[in-house]
Amino acid sequence: MAQPRKQNEALYFMRRNAKLQIGVAFVFLFIILALVGPLLTKYQPRDYVAPGAQPPSSEFWFGTTSFGEDVFTQFVYGLRSTFLVGIVGGGLGTLIGILIGFTAGYRGGIVDEILNMLTNVVLVVPSLVVLLIVAAYLEVRGLVFESVYIALFSWPWAARAIRAQTFSLRSRDFVDLGRLSGMKPLKIIFTEIAPNMMSYLLLTFILQFGGAILTAATLDFIGLGPTEGMSLGLMMNNATTYSAIMLHMWWWFIPPGLAITAIVGSLYITNVGLDEVFNPKLRET
Amino acid sequence: MLTLDGVSKVYKVGTFGGKSLVAVNDVSFDVNDNEVVSLIGESGSGKTTIGKMILHLTSISSGAIRFNGVDVSRLNGRARKEYYRHVQGVFQDPFSSYNPIFKADRIFRTIREEFFPKIDSREWNEKIDNSMRAVGLNPDEVLNKFPHQLSGGQLQRFLIARALLLDVQFLVADEIISMLDASTRVGVLNLLAELKSRGLSILFITHDLSLGYYISEKSVILYRGCVVEMGPTEQVYHHPLHPYTKMLMACVPRLGMKWECGEIEVTNPNVKQPDLPSGCGYYDRCSLAGNKGDCNTSPSLVEVEPGHFVACWRQTKQES
Amino acid sequence: MSLKVEDLTVYYQTLRGDVHALESTTFGIADGEIMGLAGESGCGKTTLGQSLIFLHPPMKLIKGRVTLDNKELPIGDMERMNDFRFKKVSIIPQYAMNAMNPTRKIGKMVAELLKSRHVDFKSLLPELKRRLDLVKLSYDVLNMYPIELSGGMKQRMVMVLSTMLNPSLLIADEITSALDVSSQKAVSEMLVQFRDQGYCKSVIVITHDISVLYQIADTILIMYAGQLAEKGPTDVIVHSSQHPYTKMLISTLPEVGVRYVDKQLAGIPGGPPLLLKPPVGCRFKERCPLAFEKCLEKPPFVETDKNHFVACWKAGA
Repeated sequence: MAQPRKQNEALYFMRRNAKLQIGVAFVFLFIILALVGPLLTKYQPRDYVAPGAQPPSSEFWFGTTSFGEDVFTQFVYGLRSTFLVGIVGGGLGTLIGILIGFTAGYRGGIVDEILNMLTNVVLVVPSLVVLLIVAAYLEVRGLVFESVYIALFSWPWAARAIRAQTFSLRSRDFVDLGRLSGMKPLKIIFTEIAPNMMSYLLLTFILQFGGAILTAATLDFIGLGPTEGMSLGLMMNNATTYSAIMLHMWWWFIPPGLAITAIVGSLYITNVGLDEVFNPKLRET
Repeated sequence: MLTLDGVSKVYKVGTFGGKSLVAVNDVSFDVNDNEVVSLIGESGSGKTTIGKMILHLTSISSGAIRFNGVDVSRLNGRARKEYYRHVQGVFQDPFSSYNPIFKADRIFRTIREEFFPKIDSREWNEKIDNSMRAVGLNPDEVLNKFPHQLSGGQLQRFLIARALLLDVQFLVADEIISMLDASTRVGVLNLLAELKSRGLSILFITHDLSLGYYISEKSVILYRGCVVEMGPTEQVYHHPLHPYTKMLMACVPRLGMKWECGEIEVTNPNVKQPDLPSGCGYYDRCSLAGNKGDCNTSPSLVEVEPGHFVACWRQTKQES
Repeated sequence: MSLKVEDLTVYYQTLRGDVHALESTTFGIADGEIMGLAGESGCGKTTLGQSLIFLHPPMKLIKGRVTLDNKELPIGDMERMNDFRFKKVSIIPQYAMNAMNPTRKIGKMVAELLKSRHVDFKSLLPELKRRLDLVKLSYDVLNMYPIELSGGMKQRMVMVLSTMLNPSLLIADEITSALDVSSQKAVSEMLVQFRDQGYCKSVIVITHDISVLYQIADTILIMYAGQLAEKGPTDVIVHSSQHPYTKMLISTLPEVGVRYVDKQLAGIPGGPPLLLKPPVGCRFKERCPLAFEKCLEKPPFVETDKNHFVACWKAGA
């Protein structure tokens, strides 16, 4: 399939794929909110703005927490950090996965065996337990730390997928032709194999992105997130710690929970939609 | 020009690489200058593996390959690239040989980047033009197109043109015709024969006997990794000596001649091909097989007529 | 006539329009006749074979009628064809060897298949065994997984399977292409034996290899770019064909006995036309050395000799 024809065909199907459109629309919505939101509020997440536990009103769109903080402010700042973790964590995870996946898939043999073992080990290590131990030693944990940590434990999924694809592409004749032309392996990987896998890499990144957000939310929820700053998971943590459910303060824990579900869910739906676009066999028409 | 000397390829298979699979077993033959040699064998005979070993796409387990007298069995880096200037290959599936997302003539650009980095554009374009005409392609028609816009025959010619851009002396043609249509096959086949007159030697790997007969001077018949018969094409085809070759000749469907009604033993093993037995690999299908005592050791190639070699105890015993 | 095809026209729906894969094909096959269907890639032979049994999207039936044993075959209706499939019309698809479920023992797969057609496996078992004998497969095959068999054995197994219910029409789609020379001979000869034993009545053998057809087919139908070019008894097609395409095709086949140095074969210059917007009239005229003005009008498929049909204005030239 040629490039312009493939692009046109891809765009054609993209415009008609409902899952893709809905998914992208939702994520876009939240991204806009994350970018623009903090400009709409004059407070900081931890400011005391009003006597606590107020339901949503025209002044405080999402109400206030038990401590009188503006939930909306927390929400939009939390969205920012959530997306940041997603991009940095997901991106780094994809990058490491690419490096390892390409090398293992192209080289094969003993290199593949060693990298495979490494991948399996990282998969098996209980990341949560390790984090607990590491957290005990670190007094302060930042957003970057969290992102890197997530990336270090989520790359195996990407590596496996990429390795499998590389394996199948490597046996194609044009790779052999590249070798016959005297190209170095690295050049072959980046100029012959990778461009054929662009769609696959994109899908992998989206999965990592969503996964990172989810993991971050989980970590924040149990209190192992960044020590400073605000995030959606932290909001939920606070909400449950201070009995928001029992006090019927739905405006405190529903927005963050819903947001995480919506974002991650939309990302996965986008992924499925993109898969259908790129893989003609999955199309229904 | 090219000599294979006792070349073998052994793969480790099974869990933890316990067992070994002998794909190519002690193969020796040579290709002279300006000669087309057909390497004939069915699937599993190891012919593609031999082609890959010559092209250094797979390593050689044992034995040596000599190119113009120089041992080229193990080459790395610079030396390998030099080797590729003189030895190139064309493969079976024309569409798989091109990266589908790029234009077809990108293969020329790769050659330029790797082998002629300092050549100037005008000279390069001239080279391309000459190559294209040599293979019978009209440059205006086929340059700047994507692989799916060209036909299988054109793509194969393109690949041959690419090889001609270098100073290629030896071409490995691995089943290059089998995926082409009947009407285009002959064109590419004739092209190969023409190239011979330009000084090229070609190893024509195929399973199709009639193609081998059409184009080659010498034929090498392979069965399960061993050479069973080799010699001048006319002799091997018209006076086959090895039982396997005889069976092949009898089974080829020909226009104008019906199959003989003889029973061809259809192997009915309950397991797939077992490991190569210590004796003659063709023993269990052989119509001439006597008591196992004779055929228990691997037969070696014996020159029965000038240039005509056979690996079969029954033949050589008959001679003596 | 066992099979009669009238004016069958099938197009493929694609993003860029309809590909005219089959255009107004009309021919017939007698009872017990093995007809070879030959042509180059893109000529429509696989489309023809498939449309007789499994006309599914993106294929679209434009017009045409197919009659088998004097009963109409509802090829356009996937649901109604279900009653005919396997019982009246059966197919050995290309790459049949890969069509067997690798996780199922073969015997179990056969039983399931028969059950789906409301036939009891046990009652057919003796007949099944007899057929396995014919193709020289031992009964143990039923207890094995597909991966344990070689390519030729799998092909023979699929042949037995496809003819279990004695269909009137058997379509064999490139069954020998992926096999070695010795298996090719065995499988082809078995096909003839099946017909002789009555396991199937008529057979359409689709292939691009005319030399195999010479060995086993009674008649050969040559197709080009979606149209029928010539049909006739095997000997006539190979030795005294009347369509220019057939003549050129036969002459491009390298044979053992022909060497480059002695006699150079010539291919047919050019390539088959794209079928998205097919040329008007005879589709071979671009490459035909005998083309003249009348070729702009599609030549009809007429009977020039007994049982010999040609679609060419210059037939016999």
